[in-house]
Amino acid sequence: MEMPIPRPEIMARKAELVERLCEVLPKDAVISDPAETRAYECDALTAYKCAPLVAILPGSTKEVSEALRICHEMGVPVVPRGSGTSLAGGALPTADCVILGVARLNAVLETDYDNRFIRVQTGRTNLSVTGAVEEYGFFYAPDPSSQLACAIAGNIAMNSGGAHCLKYGVTTNNLMGVTMVLMDGTVLELGGAHLDAEGLDLLGIVCGSEGQLGVVTEATLRILRKPEGARPVLIGFDSNEVAGACVSDIIKAGVLPVAIEFMDRPCIEATEDFAKAGYPMCEALLIVEVEGSDAEIDEQLGLIEGIARRHNPVEFRQSRSPEESAAIWLGRKSAFGAMGQINDYMCLDGTIPVSQLPHVLKRIGELSKQFGLDVANVFHAGDGNMHPLILFDANKPGDLELCEDLGSEILKLCVEVGGCLTGEHGVGIEKRDLMTHQYAPEDLEAQMAIKDVFDPKWLLNPAKVFPLASSDARRVA
Amino acid sequence: MTPNTEAELAEIIRGAEAPLRIEGGGTRPLGAPSNGARLCTAALRGITLYEPGALTLVAQAGTPLAEIETALAAEGQRLAFEPMDHRGLLGTTGTPTIGGVVAANVSGPRRIQAGACRDFLLGVRFVDGRGQIVKNGGRVMKNVTGYDLVKLMAGSYGTLGVLTEVALKVLPRPRSMGMLRIEGLSDASAVTALCRALASPYEVTGAAHLQAGPTGAPVTMVRLEGFENSVAYRAEALMRLLAEFGTWTFEADTDKTDAAWAHIRDVGPFQERAGDVWRLSVKPTDAPGVVADLPGAEAFYDWGGGLIWVLAAQGSGLNAARIRSAVAARGGHATLIRGDRSQGVFHPLSAPVAALQAGLRQKFDPRQILNPGLMATGAAV
Repeated sequence: MEMPIPRPEIMARKAELVERLCEVLPKDAVISDPAETRAYECDALTAYKCAPLVAILPGSTKEVSEALRICHEMGVPVVPRGSGTSLAGGALPTADCVILGVARLNAVLETDYDNRFIRVQTGRTNLSVTGAVEEYGFFYAPDPSSQLACAIAGNIAMNSGGAHCLKYGVTTNNLMGVTMVLMDGTVLELGGAHLDAEGLDLLGIVCGSEGQLGVVTEATLRILRKPEGARPVLIGFDSNEVAGACVSDIIKAGVLPVAIEFMDRPCIEATEDFAKAGYPMCEALLIVEVEGSDAEIDEQLGLIEGIARRHNPVEFRQSRSPEESAAIWLGRKSAFGAMGQINDYMCLDGTIPVSQLPHVLKRIGELSKQFGLDVANVFHAGDGNMHPLILFDANKPGDLELCEDLGSEILKLCVEVGGCLTGEHGVGIEKRDLMTHQYAPEDLEAQMAIKDVFDPKWLLNPAKVFPLASSDARRVA
Repeated sequence: MTPNTEAELAEIIRGAEAPLRIEGGGTRPLGAPSNGARLCTAALRGITLYEPGALTLVAQAGTPLAEIETALAAEGQRLAFEPMDHRGLLGTTGTPTIGGVVAANVSGPRRIQAGACRDFLLGVRFVDGRGQIVKNGGRVMKNVTGYDLVKLMAGSYGTLGVLTEVALKVLPRPRSMGMLRIEGLSDASAVTALCRALASPYEVTGAAHLQAGPTGAPVTMVRLEGFENSVAYRAEALMRLLAEFGTWTFEADTDKTDAAWAHIRDVGPFQERAGDVWRLSVKPTDAPGVVADLPGAEAFYDWGGGLIWVLAAQGSGLNAARIRSAVAARGGHATLIRGDRSQGVFHPLSAPVAALQAGLRQKFDPRQILNPGLMATGAAV
């Protein structure tokens, strides 16, 4: 993976940079000892590592603003970092950059149950947002699987999704407002506790901009009242095609489940070995969860059962208790762990139109044979967000590269059938060079024009999202 | 000018030497008036893809909204953001188009629960002010590949580019609809009741209060949708939850419920009434205070109070500055939908936000020919 060559003229001014940052930040918030900056050398895409020049941990919007102003004046690139759980390398540093970590910005600023929002500093973790409101029966809907660790700042940067977005939407649908700092130190507010900010929808463009437009320090998030209950069913099929058709029929019937998860045979086998959830051995398995009161759940599950039965399932298992629900979810929730035990794996997240499911799974099977690497599929079927897991051996020379090549082929396939490269992980460095498969030069130019306006010197997270060749002229300017 | 293809449209914009006034069906003349030559997208027409099992629909921008709604209804689906029809309020005729709906980010009462038009927009194709054809997003529900220009285009009123195609997420139309009603509540009590309903687990999809309902008395309304048994169950539960406000009646008829909410959606109370009409977006519990600060205003509330429709009759003494400052004092924004546009239509922006928006327009429309000045804001308050 190519990254820009660190600029020696910036590295040469490290002492001056540290001194100036120490004037506006507490001493312990400026980390410049190489033994300590190494803690920030990578995110969850651990194949790529590079320690930053300096890492800073500002404790307020004002400190973020002053630190950014200094970096802006000195022409130093800044890579914002939430909790470092990005699977796409979104927080990967360069040797000449400042890592701006939001970990100390973790306060809850306001909770308002009448108006159904919470305002937090963005270093707060996703799950702890729900933690702050669940006493009153509320929750924050987007639930990326890293929710125990990932920060709201990173969720906003990547427009994170989760298993329940078929019903509740992703981050952008639950974000009402932000306080953010531009690269030159300007502080601004977008949106708030009211709906639909005035003027152009800048909030919409900031969400999902991978930390390239500004550093979001505070966020107003929509909170929802927890449903009265939720219950899953597990349905097994003897082919991917039939499972795909069943998903489509459920949706067409007017039921809107809160989640529809899909696992294929390689994934079922691996998780059974690992978690022993008692899943049926079949070609494809669906977990469908619905919400409401007991009677409402019964009615919806009755409809779903009727539809599923028409597709001759090899198994239809309805949960009758919280324990049975947990057993149904056990295998799905263990899938990634199960893969990790077998081997190293790379997790992709291309999204496809649901109608293309059988075709795409068949092609992935063929590609897997061709490359000689196993692929297991577990994904959010209701919204077409695939998660092919490619197994490889990091200690075997050339295997990582082979895996990346197979990953590229699978993502190109997703684009080919009308889908996209990434549904919830973001582009980062991982999919940067594939962007030209999804977008024409004019399309990328229009996106880069946005960054030109927010960050004219291209100092914020500059080597991400766009192929280096197309952003070269801007980054050097 | 009414181009027949996206390529023709791009050609027209590339060759334009003077401002263009972008129009779909011409039913929503919102924003500051524009004097440019008319550029109409009505001939870019047709549903290009509809997959009910994937909840996605793609249509050319000039496709009549009615054509889309008919196609969706045939499959038991709908546009969940419930776009308002502006014709009754603005006295316009013509055929609303999906491009116009998206360009103005038009949403109705269900916005409070399901989301706005922009939340259902999956992809766009548009021609920018240089005549460049750009696409963004796609036709899948989860997509974080690059920047989300899709959201930016929604509600940009043609000032960044002319939409040629939009992809939308659609949802099942529920089997039944019903509503709870109560008469006689004050604005403050009504908003308290509506907020409590919205904060319940009962999935309220509409929460409105009229200062004067059909009988002249105030009416507060709460809408429920879903399977019949479920609607009845939740209506019961809500009546218990909201018992302290009085005795609620339950209307279980789907058509009657639908008609009552179409009246709210289309600002029925202010149709065929003289005066300026303003649309205020505020934090719901602030709403009664905002209205109290506007003596002489007639108002009704949607979105549990978060959306206030204000009728400022001539001679009421209410002007743009007073309305904007009542909102600005608490946070939110006010937009003039009908009436005297001399004091600007849109809410003033903070200096850094205004600078960013001007910068974006400069990039996407460097010659300032696409609806120039349409989104001009009023003076800061």
